[in-house]
Formats: sequence, structure tokens, C-alpha cells
Amino acid sequence: MMDIGNTSTRTDPSAAIPARPGIGARFNVIVTIVLLLVLVFAPAFAKNFFVFQMTLWLIYAIAILALNLLTGSSGQVSLGHSAFYAIGAYTAAILLNETGLNYVLTLPVAALFGFVAGFLFGFPALRLTGVALAMATFALAVATPAIIKLHVFEEWTGGVQGLFVDKPRAPFGLPISDDAWLYYLTLAVGVLVFLFGLSLLNSRTGRACLALRDNPIAASAMGVNVALYKTLIFGVSAAIASIAGALSAIAIQFVAVDSFTFHLAILLFVGMVVGGIGWLPGSLVGAAFVVFVPNIADGISQGLSGAVFGGLLLLVIFVLPNGAKQIATWLSAQFGAK
Amino acid sequence: MTHRSETVLDVQDVHVEFSGIIALDGVSFGIAQDEILGLIGPNGAGKTTLFNCLSRLYHPSRGDILLGGTSILQWPAHQIARAGIGRTFQNVALFGDLTVRDNISVGMHALTRGNLVSDALRLPMSRRTEARIRTETEELAELLEIADVLEVTAANLPFGTQKRVELARALASKPRILLMDEPAGGLNQEEVFLLGELMKRVRTEFKTSILLVEHHMGLVMSIADHVVALNFGKKLAEGTPAEIQAHPQVIEAYLGGGDA
Repeated sequence: MMDIGNTSTRTDPSAAIPARPGIGARFNVIVTIVLLLVLVFAPAFAKNFFVFQMTLWLIYAIAILALNLLTGSSGQVSLGHSAFYAIGAYTAAILLNETGLNYVLTLPVAALFGFVAGFLFGFPALRLTGVALAMATFALAVATPAIIKLHVFEEWTGGVQGLFVDKPRAPFGLPISDDAWLYYLTLAVGVLVFLFGLSLLNSRTGRACLALRDNPIAASAMGVNVALYKTLIFGVSAAIASIAGALSAIAIQFVAVDSFTFHLAILLFVGMVVGGIGWLPGSLVGAAFVVFVPNIADGISQGLSGAVFGGLLLLVIFVLPNGAKQIATWLSAQFGAK
Repeated sequence: MTHRSETVLDVQDVHVEFSGIIALDGVSFGIAQDEILGLIGPNGAGKTTLFNCLSRLYHPSRGDILLGGTSILQWPAHQIARAGIGRTFQNVALFGDLTVRDNISVGMHALTRGNLVSDALRLPMSRRTEARIRTETEELAELLEIADVLEVTAANLPFGTQKRVELARALASKPRILLMDEPAGGLNQEEVFLLGELMKRVRTEFKTSILLVEHHMGLVMSIADHVVALNFGKKLAEGTPAEIQAHPQVIEAYLGGGDA
């Protein structure tokens, strides 16, 4: 089961059908294998610039998955994940420049910093729900660039100048371009993060989060420490967003304060909604939307690209209020019924 | 009064006030091992307030609640289940978007251990826990005759079935005491009868005491071993169902008072 407890089953008639175990499962396996094959072999047929774009896409997908894990499971809304993304990016860049640590090893460090930041932010956020929590996280997103530019941190963060990072080379004499190597590294991290999220959701911990989302009082009566699980899942989500940020620093080889404004936080949120809240694979679709659609919109009309993007977003929300998840549920039911 | 075995839960002089309104005024009673205790009273008598004290949602301003001799008033709400008090809710409080299986599985949260890292990495400890949860969830579903709807989203089930799911979820933590808040509400005559039979079975098979808050006098009088009647936050009377039915003040509260 890839679906985290449907957030929209009450309006979704297909959910009323008892889903026997196995229905759509084979379909899911086939789709997953095909998707993985496409992802693995795509760089062989693409130009380096497009490979770089695909890397960015996967990085966004990881960040969107982070948000999806938070909102889809515990129901907490964040408009501030750009802050955790920034923590990861700067952690990686500073470690690479100051310590010469291997770039792959910056990822777990970034995850740790992100987790701590998210966990700590989760505490004040405990008192807030819904719109109030969205506002608090939004404040975090707005404050982040200013904090990075602060004089005291400038020595580390490079202030408005940003930080440059060396481009990692393909190791072990692999006969692939450096861009392709970065792509595969990102893909591998993405797969691991996805499996991590999936296992988490289908475990005792994940169910505790889903339960507190649906009914915090009943969850508490079942022994779920609501405050603990809310902050834990916030920490995990922030850690994953931080990993995405670290990957972005390595892939782009440049970290700049302007990349971490609230605009990024909103894009991640849009990506989550387009992919379908609570459906982890939807993060790929949502990321494709926020990475590629602006380019397409640019191609249609340069002057009106924002309007075209907005129009397309409106269309998606009207036609598919549950995002890509809706298509997946429908397809799964079609194939499962046979 | 009939002989009652050892007390498991002791409510002692519990007093609850909401901004000047006294909801519970020095209520005391005990629940014996394997006993079904009916808590009755007109609307506003303080039954649900007492329940919420037992679930640690409200904190009494005076008095104490002892579980096996230990005060529960030091514990946060989420430790109540671990201590052995399970509950169902007045209007059914299932996790609506989750399947029946997941609902019952969450009920086992207090019985099981685990942590985020082990769960996300599927370490052996978490795999064992998962296997145990799966087995016991299915056993409970069999017992409560909801095995055929295990994969259905809870919110899509009929009300009567939801109540069974909620009971299964509460029993999943193997409680020593089961609190049931108006389980007969919204059920028809036949369903109420079946519920009564089910509760008696649960009491025997799970060796649990049941504290039953109920308006349905027929149900309370037919299955309760002992009845406590509340009115205006005070204990009005206590005794066997027959004694309570004959109690003049209880009759007055139910028939004569303008409160209900």
C-alpha cells in the first residue's frame, strides 16, 4: 500500500468499495518497476542539461515528499519547509568548504541538523493547528533569508554573496558524465528516502501519526503521546527536506540566499497538493509540475508565463482536487477490478 | 447489598468545577474486579465529566482516582491506556480515514513498544511488533464479527458496525477497566440486546471490568451488577439494579425532576 490513509475518502466513492488486499497491488508493482527503469535509463538518452534538470526534479520530489509525510500523516501544514531546505544546503556547502568532508557524508549531517531544527520548531508549533500553524511556519520561511544574511553568520554563509561548492566527479572511473553521476546519486537517495517514508507510515509510529490527525483525543486515549509524535514527524519531515537542500547545494554547486525565500516554500506546498496529499509517489508528479511547468509556460508566452502557470494550476485543482493521487486511485481500481 | 469482590478502580470524593458551575460534587464509588457497573443519571448529571476525569481530559479540583491503589491523577492522558483503562466514546470517535485494521492496530499502541528509527528501517523488533499487531488485530476482528470489513475505511461503515470497531479498538489494549460512554445510543432494540450479550461476553473473555454510562435503562438493568445513580453532580444512590429501580429518589430524578 502506497497510500497513506486517504485524506479524502469521504468524497471519494471508489473508497467505499472494500479494497481487498491485492487489488491493484500487481498494478502498483508493474508501475513501480516501469518507473524505476525509466528513471535509471533516462540519462542515457538525454543531454547533460536535461539530466541536470531531472536531478533538480528529483531533489524537489524529495523535498515535496518531506512535506507530504508531514501533512499526509499528521495533518500538520507547513509553509516553511524552505527553511529546512536552506539548513541542509548551507550545512552541505559549509562542510564541503570548511572541512573537506566527502559530499555524500554531508547528507546524514544535514539530515541530523534538519531533524533537530524541525523537532525544536515542532514544540512551539504544538499549540497551533491548521491556519495558525501555516502562518507560524510561513513566518519561519520569511525570516530565513534575513537570518542567513545576518552579519554574525556571514563568515560562514557568505551572506548575499553565497557559497560556491566544487562539482563532484563520477567516482570509480565510471564511464558516465558528472551530471549523470549526480543524477544517480540523487535517485538513490530519493529511493532510500521513499522506502524510509513508506515503512514509517506502515508502522506503529506511522499509524500513531495518522490516528492523531484523524482524532487527537481518541489517539491519546489509545496511548498515543500526541505531542511527541507531532514533533517527531515534524523533525523527520525537516530532516528529509534538509537532505534535499544538501543535494541541491551539491548539484547546483552554489548556495545563494535568494534560493530559499518563501517562494520555495510555496512551490513545495503546491507540488504536494498537485501530487496528492498523503500519496508519496505523487511527490514525483508534484515536483515535475513545479520544475517543468514554469518552463513550458515560458515557452507558451514569456510575458505571461506566471499567468499560464497559474491557469494550469487552477485547471489541475478544478479537475483533480486530490491531485495525481486521484488518477492513481482510479487507474488502480480499473486494473484491480479485472 | 450483594457481596462485591476486590475494588480495581476507586473514585474518591471527586469534585469538578467549570468556571463556577459545579459538574461533580464529591462523587465516590468503586468498581470491583470483573464487574459491570452502570453509571446512570439524567442529562447534565455529570456522567461524561466523570468519564473525562478517568481519561485524564479533565483534572478534578478535589478528590482522587485510584487504579489498583495508585492515583492516576499524576499521569498524562496518553498513559491511561498503558495503565489499563480503555474507552469508547459517546458518538463513536474512530479514525475515520483509516481502515478498520488500522483502527484496531492503533488500539494496540499502548501494549507495544517501538521507535521511529526501528520502525522506518523495519528492524527485527519492529517486524515482530507488526506481526503481533496483525495477528491480534485479526483475532479481535473475528471475535467482534468485523473480520470481513478489516480493509474498509471506518467512516464508510454503518453506525452499528463502527461501534463494534470502536469496541475492538478499545479491547486491543487488553484493558483492566473498559469505559463505555452510551454504547446503546443510536442502536435499535435488537442491536441493544446484542450489545448487552456482547458486553457480558467481553467481560468474561477479557476479564475486564466495565464502567457503563448509559441512558438506556433496559440495558443497564439487564446487564449491570451494580448501579451508581448521579444527579446534579452528586451521587444519588448506589446498589443492585433492583435496589436502584426501587429507590424513591432515583424515580423522582427520572420522572419528577425538570432536569432531563
